[in-house]
Amino acid sequence: MSPLEVCRWLESTPGSVALHESIWVYPIVESVHVLALSLFLGLAVLLDLRLMGASLSTTPVSQVIRRLGPWMVAGFVIMVVSGALLFYAAPVRTYFNIFFRLKMTFLLMAGLNVGVFQFTISRTVRQWDLDIRPPIRARLAGGVSLALWAAIAVCGRMIAYNWFDKAPAVIAR
Amino acid sequence: MSVLTLFTWFQNSWIGEGIRESRWLFPAIESVHLLGLAVIGGSVLAVNLSLLGLGLGRRSAARLWHDCWPWFIGSLTTMLASGFLLFTSEAVKLYYHEAFWVKMSALLLSLIFTATVERRTALADPDQVTPLRSRTVGLVSLLLWFLVGAAGRWIGFS
Repeated sequence: MSPLEVCRWLESTPGSVALHESIWVYPIVESVHVLALSLFLGLAVLLDLRLMGASLSTTPVSQVIRRLGPWMVAGFVIMVVSGALLFYAAPVRTYFNIFFRLKMTFLLMAGLNVGVFQFTISRTVRQWDLDIRPPIRARLAGGVSLALWAAIAVCGRMIAYNWFDKAPAVIAR
Repeated sequence: MSVLTLFTWFQNSWIGEGIRESRWLFPAIESVHLLGLAVIGGSVLAVNLSLLGLGLGRRSAARLWHDCWPWFIGSLTTMLASGFLLFTSEAVKLYYHEAFWVKMSALLLSLIFTATVERRTALADPDQVTPLRSRTVGLVSLLLWFLVGAAGRWIGFS
């Protein structure tokens, strides 16, 4: 089954139709998605700024990660669940949406960035925990993360606009 | 001059008209508004979580207040400026939109509460403030800011 076929099948399920046609549920899910952004991304920005040496300079990096990490994870889970529901409401249209594809690509890159950070510079955090200006690789990880998440948020907002949507005829093919 | 007249004037101004006529300006300004939301959300949450005794903890509240202040002011300015531009493009519609008035009232209350009660509580010596008071202040602030965000998102549904 191709991804497009999966999307078509998803779109034909009763849940997708109900979500798409709902008056209240869809806006509520969308609101949850946006408000969870300030929980997840807001705290992620603070961590990135700390890694870049731009804020929270007197708080140890490991403490920011340990104390705020669980909140970021919670926010991220809410974002993934609500985001999946938003996708489920219009799978085929979203699948063809260029901003959706860009967003998923950047999301993958952001995940990769976290992975690289975890397995490299973060392992030596004890040595630079209190540095007001962390080592270049940590600053880089923070900067890359900030840029990627900004791009992800903007692309996410743009999914709602249909400038580059393929013509319905193409979708129906 | 009535409020409606003023709103109509904004909507008919060259700024309002320019944004309405452009295909990409409104989404672009919306994106800036959204990025501002992330930063302001982070600084509001960091301080309030600590007032609640969560996150970085009650003893970090004063430090967090100072550390987050420039980011709070910067993102607030960004949000007010981008929000004003979005407002000019559809001011008359907003005049009749309940969510808009809910948002503006909640915003005013949030700002006053943050600059007075919350500021005083966050900067006070933690030993001089009862945990109940700290938690109440954190919770009220979070609820007020949540209302601003939720009503703001709701403006888009109409």
